[in-house]
Amino acid sequence: MADTNEGTTRRDFIHVASATAGALGVACVAWPFIDQMNPAADTLALSTTEFDVSGVEEGMSVTIVWRGKPVFVRHRTEKEINEANAVKLDELPDPQIDSDRTTKPEMLVLLGVCTHLGCVPLGQSSTDPKGEWGGWFCPCHGSHYDTSGRIRKGPAPTNLAVPPYKYISDSVIKIG
Amino acid sequence: MSEPKFNNSLVRWIDHRLPVFTFMHHEMHEYPTPKNLNYWWNFGSLAGIVLVIMIMSGIVLAMHYTAHVDHAFQSVERIMRDVNYGWLVRYIHANGASFFFIVVYIHIFRGLYYGSYKAPRELLWMLGVVILVLMMATAFMGYVLPWGQMSFWGATVITNLFSAIPLVGESIVTLLWGGFSVDNPTLNRFYALHYLLPFVIVGVVVLHIVALHRFGSNNPLGIDVRGNQDTISFHPYYTVKDAFGLGVFLVLLSAVVFFLPNSMGHPDNYIPANPMVTPAHIVPEWYFLPFYAILRAIPDKLFGVLAMFAAIGVLFILPWLDRSPVRSATFRPIYKVMFWVFLFDCVVLTWLGAKPAEGIYVLLSRLFTAYYFFHFLILLPVLSIFETPRALPRSIGKPILEGGGGAMAAAPAAPREKL
Repeated sequence: MADTNEGTTRRDFIHVASATAGALGVACVAWPFIDQMNPAADTLALSTTEFDVSGVEEGMSVTIVWRGKPVFVRHRTEKEINEANAVKLDELPDPQIDSDRTTKPEMLVLLGVCTHLGCVPLGQSSTDPKGEWGGWFCPCHGSHYDTSGRIRKGPAPTNLAVPPYKYISDSVIKIG
Repeated sequence: MSEPKFNNSLVRWIDHRLPVFTFMHHEMHEYPTPKNLNYWWNFGSLAGIVLVIMIMSGIVLAMHYTAHVDHAFQSVERIMRDVNYGWLVRYIHANGASFFFIVVYIHIFRGLYYGSYKAPRELLWMLGVVILVLMMATAFMGYVLPWGQMSFWGATVITNLFSAIPLVGESIVTLLWGGFSVDNPTLNRFYALHYLLPFVIVGVVVLHIVALHRFGSNNPLGIDVRGNQDTISFHPYYTVKDAFGLGVFLVLLSAVVFFLPNSMGHPDNYIPANPMVTPAHIVPEWYFLPFYAILRAIPDKLFGVLAMFAAIGVLFILPWLDRSPVRSATFRPIYKVMFWVFLFDCVVLTWLGAKPAEGIYVLLSRLFTAYYFFHFLILLPVLSIFETPRALPRSIGKPILEGGGGAMAAAPAAPREKL
């Protein structure tokens, strides 16, 4: 068998070619074994939630479930909206104006998951501690959120997230 | 044996403290292997690889399966329809079980033909039979998990086998069920054991390999290795040969997984389990059929069950039934014929196990069951006394006797081309 190049034989080529083909084959088989851990079709089918907000009276908070996580819906009072608008942006760790966080100013929709390490903050029930700014308080590591769900004090890095949602009628929102 | 030299300094550092690399080099690289092994010797390592495929696909299925009578069937359907590539993983697992038995049965018949169970490899053989029994238990319990009609009624029939035991039979069956019929407790414990037993198999496989490496592989001539001229190193010669065989195997497995995935299953198992209705024709999976035929051939309940277990149990004492000092059937003119007769007997028993237990099939089952035991208990001991074996070659390196040299004897004369 003739050398095709200095120090390289056809057998070297066969070694590299078969190792490459083998590696490609293993990679192709590995993918289904990895991808099976991603959300299944029935899990993805549950990724939107519809909710009628007309039953939420002024001053009342309701927790609903979207993708297995709590979503806070709070019908804010005039006072709470004014407090949220009164704060100066440079006082906020994660500056954002209140009107960017709502579609209708009185109806605040938030993902009820603390942005620190994922606990559910307190403040939905009238007897809950609501933190120093009258919004929510996370008991796990002491993060305080204001009436717009923005972080004011504590270890959480960002404001409570606003889930993607829109009004599909005057009073029904579709989250996701 | 020379100490292997590793180029990588980290490998040297680790190996000095924890000699895993020396161990692997010794057992998988330089391991001296008879140079005349044919393709029937591929099936041992192939069985090991199939075991790995089964464990990997099984762990994936366990991530999505729910072991509860109300949810098991649904969760399997969810795997088939909703889980990403769930259909692929489940078909690999279900057909992989069938292929596992094909590979292992070929492996066993290779051992029977070439006398691989004979001294000094008796324990190696017996460990193999332990693996077969564990495989059967694992496969049976795995088939129960989808909780279809065949799952349920297969579980009912097989667990009822133990009710044949005098006096304590009924209590043992109640113990196995965890109730008064096959129900949720049964499903839960079968799931737990189905997950456990494959790892027990891995443990016995390790012992099987330790016993194998004590004296090395048997070979088609069935004679002992005389020295270095009779062996070649396992790597690269047999790693390449095994890899080629694996490639062929994967082509066949893929063909069935992608084009005939339900060909070896039973459609009744796509009907959810119903404890009130038994399917008209209960058939176990094909790999149990010969033993099922033996069970049904005996008209007495207790003796039928005993015969079925004895059909496997007789393999344990095979090294002491066949006393012929010659291993390979190549040099045993009568045994060579009787091996094929026995293989035919097993194939016919498999066919009979799938037939209804009525008419001519009952008579045939009895005849072929009788022959199964005749082969082991009478024929083999008698043959070892009366059979005159052909003259054995002096060594693997010289397979042709002095004076009989033909083309094969001339072949080594030409120096092998070096690359």
